[in-house]
Amino acid sequence: MVLKLQQSHHHQSVAVKGNEQMGTKRGYTFIQSNRDWLPKLILLWVMVMGFISTWIYKKMDADNNVRREEVLSSMCDQRARMLQDQFSVSVNHVHALALLVATFHYYKNPSAIDQETFAEYTARAAFERPLLSGVAYAERVVHSGREKFEKQHGWTIKAMQREPSRLRDEYAPLIFSQETISYIESLDMMSGEEDRENIVRARATGKAVLTSPFRLLGSHHLGVVLTFPVYKSKLPPKPTMEERIVATAGYLGGAIDVESLVENLLGQLAGNQAILVNVYDITNSSDPLVMYGHQNQDGDWAVVHESKLDFGDPFRKHQMICRYHQKAPTSWTALTNVFLFFVICLLVGYILYGAVIHIVKVEDDFREMQELKVRAEAADVAKSQFLATVPHEIRTPMNGMLALLLDTDLSSTQRGYAQTAQVCGKALITLINEVIDRAKIEAGKLELETVPFNIRSIFDNVLSLFSEKSRNKGVEVSRDKTNRKPSLAVFVSDKVPEMVMGDLGRFRQIITNLVGNSVKFTERGHIFVKVHLAESTQPVADTKVETCLNGGSDEGLLISSACQFKTGYEAADERNSWDSFRHLVVDEELRYDAPVNTIDEASRGITLMVSVEDTGIGIPLIVQDRVFTPFMQADSSTSRNYGGTGIGLSITKCLVELMGGHISFISRPQVGSTFSFTTVFKRCNKASYNDTKKSIVELPSGFKGLKAIVVDGKPGKQNGHVFKLPKVILLAKNITNVELEKAKAAGFADTVIMKPMRASMAAACLQQVLGIGKKRQAGKDMLNGSPVLHGLLCGKKILVVDDNMAHQRVFAGALKKFGAAVECRESGKAALKLLQLPCCFYACFMDIQMPEMDGFEATHPIRMMESKANEQMNGGMDEDSGRKGEWHVPILAMTADVIHATYDECLKCRMDGCVEAL
Amino acid sequence: MEVGQMQRRLVDYTKSLFMEGFLDAQFLQLQQLQDESNPDFVVEVVSLFFDDSEKLLNDLTMALDQPNVDFKKVDAHVHQLKGSSSSIGAQRVKNACIAFRSFCEEQNIDATLRCLQQVKQEYYLVKNKLETMLRLEQQIVAAGGSIPMIELGF
Repeated sequence: MVLKLQQSHHHQSVAVKGNEQMGTKRGYTFIQSNRDWLPKLILLWVMVMGFISTWIYKKMDADNNVRREEVLSSMCDQRARMLQDQFSVSVNHVHALALLVATFHYYKNPSAIDQETFAEYTARAAFERPLLSGVAYAERVVHSGREKFEKQHGWTIKAMQREPSRLRDEYAPLIFSQETISYIESLDMMSGEEDRENIVRARATGKAVLTSPFRLLGSHHLGVVLTFPVYKSKLPPKPTMEERIVATAGYLGGAIDVESLVENLLGQLAGNQAILVNVYDITNSSDPLVMYGHQNQDGDWAVVHESKLDFGDPFRKHQMICRYHQKAPTSWTALTNVFLFFVICLLVGYILYGAVIHIVKVEDDFREMQELKVRAEAADVAKSQFLATVPHEIRTPMNGMLALLLDTDLSSTQRGYAQTAQVCGKALITLINEVIDRAKIEAGKLELETVPFNIRSIFDNVLSLFSEKSRNKGVEVSRDKTNRKPSLAVFVSDKVPEMVMGDLGRFRQIITNLVGNSVKFTERGHIFVKVHLAESTQPVADTKVETCLNGGSDEGLLISSACQFKTGYEAADERNSWDSFRHLVVDEELRYDAPVNTIDEASRGITLMVSVEDTGIGIPLIVQDRVFTPFMQADSSTSRNYGGTGIGLSITKCLVELMGGHISFISRPQVGSTFSFTTVFKRCNKASYNDTKKSIVELPSGFKGLKAIVVDGKPGKQNGHVFKLPKVILLAKNITNVELEKAKAAGFADTVIMKPMRASMAAACLQQVLGIGKKRQAGKDMLNGSPVLHGLLCGKKILVVDDNMAHQRVFAGALKKFGAAVECRESGKAALKLLQLPCCFYACFMDIQMPEMDGFEATHPIRMMESKANEQMNGGMDEDSGRKGEWHVPILAMTADVIHATYDECLKCRMDGCVEAL
Repeated sequence: MEVGQMQRRLVDYTKSLFMEGFLDAQFLQLQQLQDESNPDFVVEVVSLFFDDSEKLLNDLTMALDQPNVDFKKVDAHVHQLKGSSSSIGAQRVKNACIAFRSFCEEQNIDATLRCLQQVKQEYYLVKNKLETMLRLEQQIVAAGGSIPMIELGF
């Protein structure tokens, strides 16, 4: 039955969730949350900018208009002023004429002026009055003086219609006239309504008086008639109206051709084409009369300027209206400016929009990436889980296999084989773990553990792992009897403590890698592993070798007859060759006898120096500096001939450096290589290693003090291992069963040890021969350290709930095997009944998938019940303070498919764990 | 028959069961759970398995006979059967159940019917084999021998 707790999976899934939450929390920026508004915003922007542009255009246009108006008004005023001036000049001339008439007609007696004189004078002075088409003088005649007047002049006073005038109070017949208008002579100016009014006004005020405009008779131009009074006598300084009327002698009039006047005037000024000028008589403000210009001429009515005109007649009001000929031209400057402004705004808007869109896109991408990252991390987690599970899956059956291996009574050969198989299996498990380690090293997450371990056992294991390999290799490679395989030997200095604290697995990995390499590349000669304290590396010269058998410890078995071990092959590093080794051994023995000051060393770490020497093909000089680079082998033919990926040494280097040491090598091509490294271990205090489980095969210490002689025919091999008589152990490399039978029949040997010698195998062998029975020690290891479990479960009541009867029985059987008292129930309901408080169950295993009430549903009421009871208990604490603790039955879920969801569900239902049951 | 001969036959037969994949490591564990305090453990569990399986197979046949197949129910039955078979280590039945369940998920009636036949066949095969084996064991016990422990490097 495979039981597995799924703790690690859970942690990983939590990590992944954490990442997801991080992913969703970030990224909600202002822009992101308002992204739907973006098109509306850009539209709004364009509209606002459009409005602003229009406004600016309006403003500029208005400025233009104001300027235009100013120009117009100044032009208009100028024209009005000039017109006024010219007009007043004409008026003054008429005034002068009036004074002339007064002076020469009335003040002289007899009169100095007659029609002829007047006509001539006016004709000759006409250049002074270019605007007056003609002047005429009408005398005031009262009705009583009409007859006298008519008689004097010889004609009758005529009205405008050229018939004799009707009777009136007074008349104003023309007596003098310029020749240009001589046709109006003898007409009574009082007969026309308008003229009469003019005359009355003029004599009352004494000023020039104008008529409303009318078409002049000759030119058909628009004109006005100017009337000036002529007084008989000098007036007092401030005459009243009556005085003026009385003093009036006649009236001087002239027609002013306003049209020509204005025409002339305008012709003199620049910008004439640009503006239209109209002159109106606005005495009657509701009905302005045109004096100049066409009323319905086209033109720009938008800008109009009115200027007042004062022609000197207080009763009449005149006005000049100016406007532009053409409509205000479109202001291209303003338009261009505004257009550019709008375009710039559009561009700015576009840029902003683009930036925001880009931000949104980047954020989207970012989120997507984050999602992908989460997914990738999940995939990574899955990969890690795969890496974590698959070796686990391999290891589980391996454990079963290994547990069964040594389960029965075996002969020593079988036991040796079985132990080798077991050790190989364990090494295989270790290698599987190393697969994960490699990934860990690459991720830089490798952590070293600190456990006590026996250095010698490690070397023993590694040696046994490779002895098989090297043996097979030896047979395959060469038929040469003497050199058919490399010898494999380990020496561990006595000064090296038995137990040290450190990372057993990593240390074994380093050794395995180095020895593995050596075995791989060595076809003859020896592979020699030497371990000693770094402090005692200096060999002592000139020490004579007397005895080589180190009887004091088990390792003596390995290094016995050391002087003869040398296989006749040179090693790369002379320092490590057997000669110096010999000295070293003796040296150490000597030192060993002397009291060593070990007390202060206890606190410090131990620096071990390990060297692995082989007589293999060596490393070519050119690649020696690249040896520790990953995936590097001497050349491609190397991997073809010897296999491997070339990553081993790089891992080894990493590991050694992690363990606080360093690694180096000396190699000579075709001679051999020696790899040396140092590691630092902690000293192991006795207490800590007594506590720990001894998983390694212990080497019994019962042989201490026994003397043994090793006899080997061949130099370099220890064949024949003679113990205290009569126990004889045959050492053999490869021995068939037939040969074994033969040997046994000859009474030669009690048992046979397969070579190479290993401490553990020798020990097992000796146990068998000497009857020191190890009572199936290994067998107890069955089912994953069951003694521990047995101790844990013995006598405990455990409830198993499963509707599957067969399953239930098997599970119960397994638990019973560990001494537990098992109760079984088929359903959640039945289990509930049994778990009523107070209950005495040590634990409860519950299937998740059950009909009616499944494991989750069943757990809930149990937990409810417990928490209630706990509350009550805590409430009643005062009375019963002795009883402490809480009700809590550990409930473990059983399921065939443990996936995260299930495990999480279990925890959610307040179960205590999850067990994968097959 | 001689006891030793019978023992050897039992061992060979059992081995063949493992070789042909009828049983897996679980059955070995089952056997290890049997000891003096619980001498009939294997027989007990195996007969439980038989009863359980017969019932489940009947239920399955009925369920798949319906005009409207309730795949949830079928799946639950197959899950049960898978649990039972894996707990005694009847590997081939278990594997057939796994295939069955995947077709249940697809709701493929034809395939599930085929699977049912397959499961039935595997079940009767393993039942036959187990019965033969148990009979052999009983004979050995009856003849006064002990049941040899089977060691297998699987």
